[in-house]
Amino acid sequence: MSAVDTVVVPLISAEQKKRSRNVGLTFVFLGIVSGVFLAGRPGDAGFKLLDSFTFVIPSQPFARALAVVLIALGAAQLVKGFGDWTNVVLGIATASFVIGFLAWAASGGSFSFTGMLQDTVTRSVPIILGAIAGILCERSGVINIAIEGQLLGAAFAGAVVGSILGPWMGILAAMAMGVALSAILAVFAIKYRVDQVIVGFAINFFALGLTSFLASRVLTTHPEYNILTPFKPIALPLLSDIPVLGVALFTQTLFVYFAFIAVGIATWSLYHTKWGLRTRAIGEYPKAAGTLGVDVIKLRYRNVLIAGAVAGVGGAWWPIGIVGRFDQNITNGRGFIALAAVIFGRWKPLGALSAALVFGLAEAMQLKMSNLNTGIPSEFLLMAPYLVTLIVVAGFVGRSRGPKAAGQPYDAQ
Amino acid sequence: MNIVGKSRNLAARIARTSSFRLTILAVLSAMVVGAFIIILSDVDKLKSGDIVGAIQTVGSAYWALVIGSVGSLRAISATINSATPLILCGVSVAIAFKAGLFNIGATGQMLAGGMTSLWVGFSMNGPGIIQVPLAILAGAIGGAVFGAIPGILKARTGAHEVITTIMLNNMAAFMVLWLLKTNLFQRAERTDPISKVVTASGHLPRLFGFISDRPDLIAHAGFVVAILAVIIYWWFLQRTTAGFEFRSLGLNADASQYAGMHIKRLTVMAMMFAGAFAGLAGAAEVLGTYGYASQNFAGNIGFDAIAIALLGRSTPLGTLFAALLFGALQAGGRQMQANTDVPIDLIVVLRALIVMFIAAPLLIKAIWRIKVAPSSTGQTFRGWGS
Amino acid sequence: MQLELRGITKRFPGVVANDNVNLTLNTGEVLSLIGENGAGKSTLMNVLYGMYKADEGQILVDDSPVVFTSPADAIDAGIGMVHQHFMLVPVFTVAENVVLGVEPTGRLGSLDIDKAREMVREVSDRYNLNLDPDAIVEDLPVGVQQRVEIVKVLLRDAKVVVFDEPTAVLTPKEIIEFFEIVKTLIAAGRGVVFITHKLKEALNIADRIAVLRRGQVVGEVDPKLATESQIAEMMVGRPVQLVVDKKPHAPGDVVLEVKNMSVVDAEGRTMVDSVSFSVRAGEVVGIAGVQGNGQTELVEALTGLRHSTRGQILLDRKDITSATPRERHSSGIAHIPEDRQRQGLVGGLSVAENLVLTRYHDDEFSHGVVMDWPAAHKAAEILISEYDIRTPSADIAVSTLSGGNQQKVIVARELSRTLRLSIASQPTRGVDVGSIEYIHSRIIKERDAGTAVLIVSTELEEVMSLSDRLLVMFRGKIVAELDPKVTSAMDIGLYMAGSRPSASVNA
Repeated sequence: MSAVDTVVVPLISAEQKKRSRNVGLTFVFLGIVSGVFLAGRPGDAGFKLLDSFTFVIPSQPFARALAVVLIALGAAQLVKGFGDWTNVVLGIATASFVIGFLAWAASGGSFSFTGMLQDTVTRSVPIILGAIAGILCERSGVINIAIEGQLLGAAFAGAVVGSILGPWMGILAAMAMGVALSAILAVFAIKYRVDQVIVGFAINFFALGLTSFLASRVLTTHPEYNILTPFKPIALPLLSDIPVLGVALFTQTLFVYFAFIAVGIATWSLYHTKWGLRTRAIGEYPKAAGTLGVDVIKLRYRNVLIAGAVAGVGGAWWPIGIVGRFDQNITNGRGFIALAAVIFGRWKPLGALSAALVFGLAEAMQLKMSNLNTGIPSEFLLMAPYLVTLIVVAGFVGRSRGPKAAGQPYDAQ
Repeated sequence: MNIVGKSRNLAARIARTSSFRLTILAVLSAMVVGAFIIILSDVDKLKSGDIVGAIQTVGSAYWALVIGSVGSLRAISATINSATPLILCGVSVAIAFKAGLFNIGATGQMLAGGMTSLWVGFSMNGPGIIQVPLAILAGAIGGAVFGAIPGILKARTGAHEVITTIMLNNMAAFMVLWLLKTNLFQRAERTDPISKVVTASGHLPRLFGFISDRPDLIAHAGFVVAILAVIIYWWFLQRTTAGFEFRSLGLNADASQYAGMHIKRLTVMAMMFAGAFAGLAGAAEVLGTYGYASQNFAGNIGFDAIAIALLGRSTPLGTLFAALLFGALQAGGRQMQANTDVPIDLIVVLRALIVMFIAAPLLIKAIWRIKVAPSSTGQTFRGWGS
Repeated sequence: MQLELRGITKRFPGVVANDNVNLTLNTGEVLSLIGENGAGKSTLMNVLYGMYKADEGQILVDDSPVVFTSPADAIDAGIGMVHQHFMLVPVFTVAENVVLGVEPTGRLGSLDIDKAREMVREVSDRYNLNLDPDAIVEDLPVGVQQRVEIVKVLLRDAKVVVFDEPTAVLTPKEIIEFFEIVKTLIAAGRGVVFITHKLKEALNIADRIAVLRRGQVVGEVDPKLATESQIAEMMVGRPVQLVVDKKPHAPGDVVLEVKNMSVVDAEGRTMVDSVSFSVRAGEVVGIAGVQGNGQTELVEALTGLRHSTRGQILLDRKDITSATPRERHSSGIAHIPEDRQRQGLVGGLSVAENLVLTRYHDDEFSHGVVMDWPAAHKAAEILISEYDIRTPSADIAVSTLSGGNQQKVIVARELSRTLRLSIASQPTRGVDVGSIEYIHSRIIKERDAGTAVLIVSTELEEVMSLSDRLLVMFRGKIVAELDPKVTSAMDIGLYMAGSRPSASVNA
């Protein structure tokens, strides 16, 4: 036989064709919405970028121009496709559409665009951290549906301990709570081989019940256990002077900076370290790793516990990063959005980061929209991130390629 | 399987016995942990060293649970009422499980069914004998349509129902919130999200209406609907062709496909049926318990329903009993909160503990040192790609 | 180095997998471990490799006892194992797979992938294995994947290499190459253990043969002196008929006709390439070929589980190209699938339910929406006695039956109707030698009753002895149509590998 043996070269799969067709259709759809709907309001929209400078976009012309561009892009995508540039074009197109939408909503008035960007980044923190926790677990082969419970439990622990012993101890307590809940997941999933989705939900239930119970029983009568001063944003020297982005990205609380660093560390570790190779191996084909002497069980435990700590910091964001207290069910489903971000982001930290920012943007937009006079009921805006996730998962991720062994207990014998 | 076959199945009998024991032990274990939580959270009593008082609270709390759930006709009535939507949503999750699908969307499907039945409820004005069944049917249809969505998405795009149903739950909640503010649904003089009232002839009749002078016995005919649903579920699973196909699909999708079964069609069907049952729960609550709809009338029932289906191993009888148990806990929990200062949220904790203990028979075995069959729930989740 | 297994006993619930096994192996020799499925070969090797812990007995290396608590220990002791189902992470590259567990690291625990590549190239070149470190494993052909496994083992400096059924997925030519590699390993001073159920190969390459039956070593033979039937008898415990008796066939009309059929998979690859052939009533047509050359997709297209992208399928001259699986079934096509646990049976359903799995929708068993279980049950009882299916009741889960009896359930279900065409894929895979005889005789019985039979099998011997006409598939095409009575296995092997015999005469 020849030297490097004949390798079967995979052609474009039907899945990929479908996906790129869906991207094209999306462009066209957005273009039509832009032309028909967003061009409906005369007036100029003021995007306040700096205290001194408001960027004015004439709503109608912008929307019409946008419609033309998007439909053209859609046609180009359907006919030929953008190949490797597809994601970039998709990103730019979506961003432009969002700006067009904002221009429509704000026409005749103005709003703080920079402030909205800053909100976006802030609000995506728990989702980013929750998603990293989810990625760590799933890449190791353990499904983590309990992100919501971990965030909630950590928020509670952070609030109470933070009120008594100060914010830094609060963060530590939150991490400890995250680890504790992770330990439950780990033991039940790995040692007792319970269905991991079920344990995940049980932990969510448990956290919700326990924190609400304790909040009613203890915190209402002892409000001194539930009040602390959250972190203030810290402006990074030099970087925060960059217009617009400097405020949005570099004038944030430590939580945000931690989240960015976490994404960076997660990405590098997963793809460039020994630990990362082994982790990915045990999530794809643990038996292979096992036969080579990798201790699958121990590595899974370790990763799930580390994930718990990360989720713990995410949970601490509520009391210590923004609100200064704990309220019943304060997480309100963000843990599930984090899970969606994991899938949306194809189990990659950077992907999850983009997904989290999209969700954060939706939330920030909804806040701003309630100040502006749009015709859209706030409920639809609140619904948007979920609808977008649904569409993305159905149209673009589909039979997703998660880590193959995720959800299956390891049989070491 | 005929009766003779069942009794010849020695292994199954043993498994059933020990799984019943397992359930009892799981509930007991949960109560024990719950007791610890009550004691340890009693900050004031602990601070003043009043351990006895703290333990007494446990006693009165658990006693309140008992009398609040079965201690009087009123309590039983409350239990029946709490159990009704739980039975229906439990069946919803169970039937999906049997077909190999994980229906987390019972909450959203209940909301959908509730809204459709509500519309019939306030739009029509009798006669009751037509309006009530029609409204119930509307509830089932509303739920079925909403349930079909994740089914179709899975069949056509492969999108996993765990994620789609969670997303749809949230979307349904927002839709309901919006609908309750529209002219069509909103009650005339109100600005808060609360719906028009169901007309008098549209209400589900009260079960104890024949006992005069007891308006506090609120149990309604929704319970009858729930029991009927369980019977229909049993009949469907064991006696129909489609039921056989569901069972086969849930156990081995590949072999089912090889046998010529239409997997995609069955997937959509299963989610539709699941949605229909949950929709009936919505109808029961709207037409029976409340008489109108407010913002969160489904609460977090979806997760309860999963716990119930698990406890009951997705079997008709098991689901029924598990739902009754949860209903009893809920009714009793209200009494507990009223009598002592133990908040009703403890019930949520107890439920979670019960699920965890049920799902880990090996853990129970270790704690109570009994012989138990290994993992009685098995793997329900098979990975995102399936 | 000398490796000794002394008194190894390993029990699982309900079965003694290894029963007081004694074996020695020295470097520089090839030991072949023979036994049928379930004899305990894999279990024994897993004990040796540290995956399982023996209940009794010892492992000795150079006369001193060692304890292996995990494969890491076995690897350290110099034992390497190439499993039957490759232990390769499909989405990783060759280099990533090879260094997993012994990764070269740089600063801060970072993975030194360049060093890894170098390490792979070095071993690959030294043993002439020709591997590209950056190739993605799942894109590689099976024969190459096996070489990755070998590099893995050599990189860890294995002194003894254990191969578990290595030739199951190789073409005859690749098998010859594999044996060359084994010889190279021996020459380099390693020891080789070669687990197989293929008697010919063991006799070919081994220096010693040990036969395992039901967990015990029933004897060791010298390959220079032993014969195949001798070893087969030791494997099974009674004389075994290795060749099928059949009377000459009398083929009738054409039942199945396939015209220019092509099948393209989801990724755009052509798996079946414009194939044409026919099968007549009363004849057995066999399709030989190495796994992965389109046979699976061909059968799926014939049974309706996959759409054919081009061409026609005719059954008794009727076009069934777009018929559903159920419609084909009703037209008289039976299919015995490759993987009985995954495709043929629903483990959690009862024996009776499985016996009607493909026919529950017939009027006989279902009336409209409702199932007629008593009728189904009666039919099941009849089949159980007719096909001698050993089960305490028709209502227990079919997963509790033995492999042979499970296969009988499938055979009973499929062959008990009046059939036009019978398609059997790997009919005796994982079935014990005794049941193999039964299944082969059943197939011939079908053929004699006038059914058209199509057999697809990777076991060349099986397909040669059963078929009246033999087709060979390679890369999706039918490359030869042969008469197995006059063609040699070697020639067929050449076709299977994509070449052709050089001489003009088929001898």
